[in-house]
Amino acid sequence: MKMSEIASLLGARVLCCEELIEHEVHSACGSDMMSDVLAFVKDQAVLLTGLVNPQVIRTAEMMDMRCIVFVRNKIPSEEMIALAADAGIVVLASPMRMFEACGRLYNGGLKPQEVE
Amino acid sequence: MDNAAPLEFHFNVDGKDFTSAGEASVEVKKILRRIGLDSEAIRRVSIAMYEAEINMVIHAGGGEADVSVSPDKITLVMTDHGPGIADIELAMREGYSTAPDNIRSLGFGAGMGLPNIKRYTDELKIESEVGKGTKITMSVNI
Repeated sequence: MKMSEIASLLGARVLCCEELIEHEVHSACGSDMMSDVLAFVKDQAVLLTGLVNPQVIRTAEMMDMRCIVFVRNKIPSEEMIALAADAGIVVLASPMRMFEACGRLYNGGLKPQEVE
Repeated sequence: MDNAAPLEFHFNVDGKDFTSAGEASVEVKKILRRIGLDSEAIRRVSIAMYEAEINMVIHAGGGEADVSVSPDKITLVMTDHGPGIADIELAMREGYSTAPDNIRSLGFGAGMGLPNIKRYTDELKIESEVGKGTKITMSVNI
């Protein structure tokens, strides 16, 4: 699925790295607990989260993720967007809640993360 | 790398502000990419160092990180002068955490940090003395 399709399915705004939005991704995970993302996520691409702090961007960067979706109308700070832009991570902001956002992407064909 | 002498980098980890935790790990990841190492090795090192850096900020008020890149492995030494770990075996147990509640609200403190470091590294040595501090030495083979 292209990241532009993710934005469309979630009614999301693109907050940075719009030039990368036509790239394909294949799997996603949803979590507000970065500890668990670091421990359980393996074949990473998209992170859906309602947690808003710079550690979300750094966690995604360490995991080589390509896209972060902030759900529940959470808007990251300019500092966070700058960190994501520097790392080449597409940032989306959706008004949907986590359950619906994950459901739409799952229905749309994104696979869950592999769990070790 | 043809040169046998390891490349070495030193970082101070500021422990005052949780929002800046991880800056050293981001920097190390950039350096390792510039060197042109295997991306999976870089990912493993990055995650292990980030976990250790977060621990250092949560528990020890910061510390120091030394990174050494030799032809066959990347070694990280993370040293702090915090409270130390009283029971290392217990600290290695998945789900065991002594992080305060405010850290959990920031998305950390699930008790996965040290077990995760072990999972992503080829070698891990934890030396700790209560009241003195902790030194974590870890390496990832290239």
